[in-house]
Amino acid sequence: MKADLQRRAAPATQRKPSLERVLDRYSVTVLQLPFLILFGLFVLLPVFVAVGLSFTDFNSIQRPSFIGLRNYVDLFTRDTVFMQFSLPNTVLYAIVVGVGGYILSFFLAWSLAQVSKGIRTVLAVIFYSPSLTGAAMMSAVWRVLFSEDKVGYLNAFLLSHDLIETPIAWLTSPKTLMFVMILVSLWSSMGIGFLAMLAGILNVNRELYEAAYIDGVRNRWQEIIYITIPATKPQMLFGAVMAVVGTFQNGSIGVELSGGMNPTPGYAGQLLVTHIEDYGFIRYEMGYAAAVSVVLLLIIYSISRVARKMLAEKEEA
Amino acid sequence: MNRKPRRFFVAGINPSRFERGQLKFLAYLVPLAAVMLLPLVFIVFNAFKPLDELFLYPPRLVTTRPTLQNFTNLTATSANKAIPASRYLFNSLVSSLAVVVLNLLITSAAAYCMSKKRYKLKHMLFELNTIALMFVPVAVSIPRYFIIERLGLIDSFLSSIVPLLAMPVGLFLVKQFIDQIPNSLLEAAQIDGASDYYILARIIWPNIAPALATVAMIAFQSAWNSTEASIYYMHNEAIKTFAFYLTTLTTTGGNAYDMVGALTGAGSAASAVAGMGIAAAGTLIMLVPNLVLFIFLQSRVINTMAHSGMK
Repeated sequence: MKADLQRRAAPATQRKPSLERVLDRYSVTVLQLPFLILFGLFVLLPVFVAVGLSFTDFNSIQRPSFIGLRNYVDLFTRDTVFMQFSLPNTVLYAIVVGVGGYILSFFLAWSLAQVSKGIRTVLAVIFYSPSLTGAAMMSAVWRVLFSEDKVGYLNAFLLSHDLIETPIAWLTSPKTLMFVMILVSLWSSMGIGFLAMLAGILNVNRELYEAAYIDGVRNRWQEIIYITIPATKPQMLFGAVMAVVGTFQNGSIGVELSGGMNPTPGYAGQLLVTHIEDYGFIRYEMGYAAAVSVVLLLIIYSISRVARKMLAEKEEA
Repeated sequence: MNRKPRRFFVAGINPSRFERGQLKFLAYLVPLAAVMLLPLVFIVFNAFKPLDELFLYPPRLVTTRPTLQNFTNLTATSANKAIPASRYLFNSLVSSLAVVVLNLLITSAAAYCMSKKRYKLKHMLFELNTIALMFVPVAVSIPRYFIIERLGLIDSFLSSIVPLLAMPVGLFLVKQFIDQIPNSLLEAAQIDGASDYYILARIIWPNIAPALATVAMIAFQSAWNSTEASIYYMHNEAIKTFAFYLTTLTTTGGNAYDMVGALTGAGSAASAVAGMGIAAAGTLIMLVPNLVLFIFLQSRVINTMAHSGMK
């Protein structure tokens, strides 16, 4: 009855071609559909498939067979490479590159906010540009700079200044590979998160600082703790999430630097991402590799939760 | 109020002009920037170095006689293969442009709805996207492979475009940006009977140019630098990207070394050195479009990032 009345009341819309009417009526669905489908297919589904595969034995040719938790049990009890190298390496790398890179990003963004616009723009472009290509893409350059013989640029420089006596095999020695990986990743860690924090700091209301100084803030350090960080908290959280992503996205840097060798020399550059690639695409133990993926996703998720908690509490304090 | 602080603020955050107080910041910012710039300077010089300077011992950063030899070698290296370097470059350009354009359309349409429309699940969807911000594609490279396979995209050029179109960061940034467009602006159009498509195209897009520029930059970067599709989803060389081609130049036993050896008649050591120049030339080609895009868009990007806050 009601629908009938509406139809009679609005003859104008009736005359529109029907496809257009349907499109108009469901515009919210139509507009979101492409994103939701792609998001579902390439972001959500892979996570579920990874969880599903992690309970199976799967060599990518025969059908996966369900084996329960055996992959996880093997991972934590039998896989000596995982427990001795991949996991501790990842923890070390994530702390130095993730946390260190994040603090460095904030510090540089804050410093840049203190200088005038022209110089700031030039310096910001310089700091950001390494992240444009990413550390891995630059492996051509790193492999020459850190070349193991005396022709390598870094070795030649250190030799000529008598800082070392014999050339160091930066990329093939297990002792130095991780060091170079961290150095190179830190170099390219001033990405979008860095820009977000810079924008956040630049947009802090100037009156906040004035009020704070009247209230007894004395120096730059107190200014950062009491004004800058609380006022830019939302951007800092975004920056933290981007730091986590950037850290793990670069996960195959060890393999890239050692010239495509997986496993890396002495497993020194083995991270969880390279561990996944080793089992998944080299040994074709897809179920096992999926279990490592799930562990990696859990690590990433819990780090982000911690970051969110920490930055949320600061607001209340 | 009779203390000094007032003058202190003027020299503080976001100063309008140069003052002496800024020198202490520049004292460490400038040297650090110089160190960070070093690898990039190195690429530029190496890309234009003639062969004999690449051989110099001790190696020297600066070149005295710049040449385009490495760039011609880059094309010559691939000339005696079936696929020329220009083909990889063409593939990269086409896929990157497609990713950018489609990404802007898909992202802005979804972001508009999540920002301005009211419907069930809206908050849940955006929250899901926020969690997905930390989604790292390499972590799930294996399931992604099977999904691509099921979709029939193996050995299809589409596999270097389609998986890059769902970009949680893009949706997040655009949605946050649309949030600050006043609703009154849209209501006027709604009263006039404008459809959502009309509002999106005529009101939203013109008002979110900085956010669109930012997403364009990020999307271009992700596609231009992408090697995932070429490595895992494609066997056909003719559809792979330039970024992938560059990785084949630099891995041990990569073809640049052998090819240059064949071309110049030099031994393997000599060709390794020549490969160094070629790789630098290739890296420079990768770097320049990203850098130019960022330099042109940087003020818009910073503007967008001011709204990037998370709660």
